[in-house]
This record gives sequence, structure tokens and C-alpha cells, in this order.
Amino acid sequence: MLAYLAIIFSAILANNIVFSQFLGICPFIGVSKNLESAFGMSMDVAFVMAVATAVTWLLQHYVLLPLGLVYVQTIAFILVIAVLVQMLEIIMKKTSPGLYSALGVFLPLITTNCAVLGVAIIVAQKDFGFLYSIVYAVSTALGFGLALSLFAGIREQLALAELPRSMRGVPIALITAGILAMAFMGFSGIC
Amino acid sequence: MKALNVIYDGFIRRNPTFVLILGMCPTLGTTSSALTGLSMGLATMFVLICSNVAISMLKNLIPGKVRIPAFIVVIASFVTIVQMLMQAYVPALYASLGIFIPLIVVNCILLGRAEAFASKNSVGLSAADGLGTGLGFAAALTLLGAVREILGTGTVFGLQIYSSDFGALLFVLAPGAFIVLGLMIALFNRLYTNR
Repeated sequence: MLAYLAIIFSAILANNIVFSQFLGICPFIGVSKNLESAFGMSMDVAFVMAVATAVTWLLQHYVLLPLGLVYVQTIAFILVIAVLVQMLEIIMKKTSPGLYSALGVFLPLITTNCAVLGVAIIVAQKDFGFLYSIVYAVSTALGFGLALSLFAGIREQLALAELPRSMRGVPIALITAGILAMAFMGFSGIC
Repeated sequence: MKALNVIYDGFIRRNPTFVLILGMCPTLGTTSSALTGLSMGLATMFVLICSNVAISMLKNLIPGKVRIPAFIVVIASFVTIVQMLMQAYVPALYASLGIFIPLIVVNCILLGRAEAFASKNSVGLSAADGLGTGLGFAAALTLLGAVREILGTGTVFGLQIYSSDFGALLFVLAPGAFIVLGLMIALFNRLYTNR
């Protein structure tokens, strides 16, 4: 139980996927201009990350390892994730149009979200158990959602600030992210 | 010289890091020193040139509807080659770059160049585009790594410039990556785009 609490805390705060592992930066910069889309994106990532981690874990332990095919891991994982995202999109469109209209816009972007493939590879490299992997994936996604929502809130304010022309947009966003990362460093060492 | 123009385009005018702002994850994650930045840049450049050439050769064979998955498979194959080569010949470097080598697959620069350039142009020009864009990415990563290493530890490529007592460790750690990259993009804007 304690091990699960530790992984949840570390994945959300101490080893936050955006601020200390540098994964998922593109959606972090791209989709963080307002709180609403940041929230939608985070929910999508959480969903896809949990499903993708479960599927790639099964693939790794029941197909790649027994057959000695670990060297095709990268190709196999990215293909599975791409297919999975497509399938989720189709299923969501058919079964719950409401959910689709809320979350569907970001789904195609997720295939190339390195956080999803990154978590699948980390889980495979560190040889986590099945349940442990799922908990890790969901808490990592929560950490991503936390970072994205915090940042979107700050950026809504930042849009009103007067800045030199060359600092506007991405440069000031990155520097703000740096300061946020400093704040998140305060959590390291707790667990 | 069309090829030279294409190379210059990728290197400066459409520099993947400073102008297009693509491939941010490896840019931030692997530049804690000049050497790791340079090696990440070169690995990406190798994959980019190979995938551009392969895709422009296959462009008439790949059906339009499944082109994106097909591009991803081509890119992933070359990434696997790089992974195996690095594991065999430079295991220490491979370990320090860690997860970012397999993640070259999801680097938006590669898919972007495949879709926007290699699937429409000849093999020679696609190779030139891969070289230019790859060089631009490698140069940006090396520069960022060098600046962070100098500010953080007083060394560049391991060469001591001033005593590490005066280094600000912050720049080697995660926040330094964001701050230095932000300032460098602002500088690039000032020099090249906002004139």
C-alpha cells in the first residue's frame, strides 16, 4: 500500500512528467492557452495513457518477452498506440457523441504525444507489475493535468502583460514554466 | 543551387527549435551538457536523413490514406537501428540519453518533414532537407547544452573554463532548461524574425 502511495505522490509532484522528466512538452505549450482546453486535453491523456499502458504491458509480457522480440519494442509500441487512439476515436464517436464532442478534438494529437509512449517505455524498462503500472500511468497523467491546468491559469493572465516583442508567446511561456519547475523542485526529496 | 537553398532553409529560416518550436522534449531533456545535446542532435539528424530518403523513394507506393502510419513505421525502423548501434558502440552515452532515443519516433520534426517535404520531393532534395533540418536541430541542441553547461558547471564539452564553484547548478537542473531555451528563442526572434 505504501509503495502505491509513494508512486502516486512521486508521479504527480516530485517527478512531475512535464517539469522534471520533460515529456509531453508540445501539448503543454500548445494547448495551455485557456483552462477549458487544458482540462479536456488532460482528461484525454489520462484515458489514453491508462489504456495504452495496460495494452503495451500485456504486449511486452505475453508477446515480446516470450518470443525474444524485445528489440522491436519501439515499433510495436508506437503502432499499438496509434491503432488504439484511432479505435478510441471511432468507439467514442459511435457510443457517446457527447463525450466525443468534448474530448474528441485532441485525440488525433495524442499519437505523437511523447508522454504516452514515454510512460509505456518507462514501465517496460523498470519492469513494473501490472497493477503498479496502471497506477503509475494514471498518476503520471494526473501530474500532467495538474501542470497543464496550473500553467493555463498563469498564461491567461500572461496574455494581458506588456512584454518586449521578441519575448511574447513561447519565450515567456518557457521562462514561466522554468519558474514553475523551480517550485516543483521543492517536492523532491520528500519521498 | 536549389539543394543549398533547401539546406539553408532548414538550418536558419525554418530552424526546428528556434522558429518552428518543434521537438521540445529532447531539446529540454538532453541538453544538460554540450556533449549529450550534440549526440542527441546527431542521432536525430541520422534518423531524419534516412527517413526522408526512404519516404521520398516510397512516396508513389504508399497509399494516401495510410501514409501517416506508414511514415511512422519507416521512422520507427530507423530509430531501432540507431538504438541498437548506440547500445553496441557507445553504451555509456546511450544510458545517459535514456528514454529520449526511442522517443525520437514521436518527435514531431520527423513526421512533419516526411509529410511536408519528403512525400512531395525528389530523393536528393529530401536528403538535403533532412541534412539542413537535422543540422539546425543538432546545432540548437549543442548550443543550448553548451550554454547550460558553462553557466551550471563552468565547463564546455568537459573542458574547464572557470572554477565550478562559481557555477549556478540551477542551469543544469530542470528549471534551467526552460529558462535558457526561453531566452534563446527570444534572442533568435530579435536577430532573425522581428527585424
